[in-house]
Amino acid sequence: MAKVIVVTSGKGGVGKTTSTAALGAALAQTGQSVVVVDFDVGLRNLDLVMGAERRVVYDLINVVQGTIKLSQALIRDKRVETLHLLPASQTRDKDALTEDGVARVIGELREKFDWVLCDSPAGIERGATLAMRHADAAVIVTNPEVSSVRDSDRIIGLLDSKTEKAEKGERMPKHLLIARYDAGRAARGEMLNIEDVLEILSIPLIGIIPESEDVLRASNLGSPVTISSATSAAARAYQAAARRLSGEEIEMTIPSDRKGLLNRLFGRRAA
Amino acid sequence: MLGAARPQRSMRFRGRSYMAFVLTPEPPIADWLSELDDWIRSSTGYFVGRPVVLDLSSVKLSGQGIAHLVAELSARDIRVMGLEATDAANLAPGLPPVLRGGRAVSNIEAIEPVREKAKPSAQPPEKSQEPPSLMLDSPVRSGQSVFFPHGDVTVLGSIASGAEVMAGGSIHVYGALRGRALAGTGGNSRARIFCNRIEAELLAIDGYYRTADDVDANLRGKRVQAWLDGDKLMITALD
Repeated sequence: MAKVIVVTSGKGGVGKTTSTAALGAALAQTGQSVVVVDFDVGLRNLDLVMGAERRVVYDLINVVQGTIKLSQALIRDKRVETLHLLPASQTRDKDALTEDGVARVIGELREKFDWVLCDSPAGIERGATLAMRHADAAVIVTNPEVSSVRDSDRIIGLLDSKTEKAEKGERMPKHLLIARYDAGRAARGEMLNIEDVLEILSIPLIGIIPESEDVLRASNLGSPVTISSATSAAARAYQAAARRLSGEEIEMTIPSDRKGLLNRLFGRRAA
Repeated sequence: MLGAARPQRSMRFRGRSYMAFVLTPEPPIADWLSELDDWIRSSTGYFVGRPVVLDLSSVKLSGQGIAHLVAELSARDIRVMGLEATDAANLAPGLPPVLRGGRAVSNIEAIEPVREKAKPSAQPPEKSQEPPSLMLDSPVRSGQSVFFPHGDVTVLGSIASGAEVMAGGSIHVYGALRGRALAGTGGNSRARIFCNRIEAELLAIDGYYRTADDVDANLRGKRVQAWLDGDKLMITALD
């Protein structure tokens, strides 16, 4: 049974797209079939982060409007063959997304894949609400800073009122992913610490992604960090988050690159 | 000739315009009323104390029908202060007067209906038996607005920054209060606000308020209560 996950945050620039790509790749690397869907119509990025920008022919809007078949718009990843991308359109805007069209496309994706990860645009408008509309669960990406946390809180409120699940009176499972965490800055009080964030948002945590060069480099290379540097601290954090998303229970740690000589040796060898 | 002996006093009549809500029933009336019921259920107390004008342009009703409709609405605590788009001639005495020349105003404070989750739905709703209090067992998230004019509101979780709770009575928060709490909104100066941890953006009782800046820094993060001493909003630690 396919699982539809919306990756959302409210605030922009916190790492939704990067996290969608990294989680999608991590899930696909376990052999499950995964599609990552870019809902940021008009400001598409997921294709770049996935390194597929030169292979886009058709997009989500074409499929939503029914002018082409879903299979024509899906792009299969060259590195992980169970990973697919459904890109957004760059020339259109969010008004081109229709409610019925999105419902139909999500329905078709459910039949084809084990995991459907929807990369939500920032904000709380049409694009974001349609991205969360049909989700079975949500991953909320937050940075440990007050503005990001408050926006995430707002999004959680919307997940509990504007989604199909909420309207049926069911509870939408929510998972918190804290990105760009800097242990040093948190210790110096320049950043909210993990306990504060958890206390404010009060939803279960599935991962803490350390601020890392690897993530930045991966995005610019067009390769999710879980593929490009699979042994880095950030990649390990995403892999653990992906396993928790699948229901595994793993002890929560904050991965660090400085910890352990073994890791460093392995990291070098892989690079 | 007593009356003529008195000096003529001038009687002053003045015109004044007010804002009213206009409800426009649509046929079939029974369906419209049941939709209205759904709506009222999701935003309790929305119509309390609000003047309502009934626009009858979409329905053709006899005088008796209008009387019946007005009665149905008043059973739902909606007081109709005037009627629009009907003829005064077919109105029975005792009905609100016919108004003319109303101008549309853009949506007035469209308060998002708050979905009350996890309501004790097991027992059938017995209106008169329900205690005048609202219990929220999940946190109030940023951007959410809870309005309960009938009485106290109890929040088991926190009220997030950017969220607001308005109550006719007191407000009790068992988590942290980070957003806005407005107690005694209907003019109840005896209402209070209690919270386990104060980091509020704004506290108000019966219209008297304090913003975060005006709250003593030593109280921040403490268990406190707020009450009105005359026209001064007081905040003190609970322990």
